[in-house]
Amino acid sequence: MGLFDFLKTKKNTASIAKDRLRIIVAQERTSRGAPDYLPLLQRELLEVIKKYVNVDADAVKVDLVKEGGHDVLDISVSLQENPA
Amino acid sequence: MAEIIVVTSGKGGVGKTTTSASLACGLARRGKKTVVIDFDVGLRNLDLIMGCERRVVYDFVNVVNGEATLKQSLIKDKRFDNLHVLAASQTRDKDALTKEGVEKVLKDLVADGFEYIVCDSPAGIEKGAFLAMYFADKAVVVVNPEVSSVRDSDRILGLLDSKTRHAESGEPLPAHLLLTRYSPQRVEAGEMLSINDVEEVLGLKTLGVIPESGDVLNASNKGEPVILDLESNAGQAYDDAVARLLGDERPMRFIALEKKGFFNRLFGG
Repeated sequence: MGLFDFLKTKKNTASIAKDRLRIIVAQERTSRGAPDYLPLLQRELLEVIKKYVNVDADAVKVDLVKEGGHDVLDISVSLQENPA
Repeated sequence: MAEIIVVTSGKGGVGKTTTSASLACGLARRGKKTVVIDFDVGLRNLDLIMGCERRVVYDFVNVVNGEATLKQSLIKDKRFDNLHVLAASQTRDKDALTKEGVEKVLKDLVADGFEYIVCDSPAGIEKGAFLAMYFADKAVVVVNPEVSSVRDSDRILGLLDSKTRHAESGEPLPAHLLLTRYSPQRVEAGEMLSINDVEEVLGLKTLGVIPESGDVLNASNKGEPVILDLESNAGQAYDDAVARLLGDERPMRFIALEKKGFFNRLFGG
């Protein structure tokens, strides 16, 4: 801490790094261990749904969830509030 | 009971080989019969860091292929009688190592009475890295306080949790972080992720923190693992890490900024 340090405003880059890492790591952990076909399935489903309804690119979510003894393919599609 | 420790990271250049060499030396110095194995087929370097590069006759792949016996291939360390090095092959054949071959070598080492088997993993997430971690009982994940290294470490943690013998048998593989190139000064200035930041993001505890130090390069120049230089902070930090690996409790050192004198403080020196 020098006498004139208050003149310099420094951005705390470490906290930016931490925030970015938290987000990307959380995101990558959710897709960890999931079957490789999920992203493609998600894209194709979106294409099909788009033919009939106007939806956003991130409207379709596909997840493989463990429920008791078996896996459940969980597909959710969120529709816009005021469809055009 | 022998313990197999994998030293891994995902990202290259973070200090896996430096760490493997120092942990192995530290374990041997504490009287443990130790072998350190280079899994980086094609890019052998552990021999250089250990200072035995001119004594490599047979390597890991030779043993796996039955071209040499384990005894012929183990290079005895000149400093510690109870420390041996198994060098990687310089072959360009990526499939030179097999799971069965590696398993047999590890079994033979255990039968030979080795108490610690340190596996120096190559960077990346390909076959060599997979084989280095597969049979491990414990993992040391080397990480720099820097975004790409932390992210890659998380990828590796995912693999340790799924692609190892431990994970397949249903019990999680114990993993520890080892932070290298840590600069308390930059952490204080808000320019570097702190130990807590990295622990929080990765959800793991730290086994050791090695301060950024010129002594590490000096040590590799000489082929003497930095842990042997007990006058250096890095050497002492590695020695602490080895003690913790063996179950000792030790406070983390060299992680706080040294107090500056009045003059320095006044002029920001």
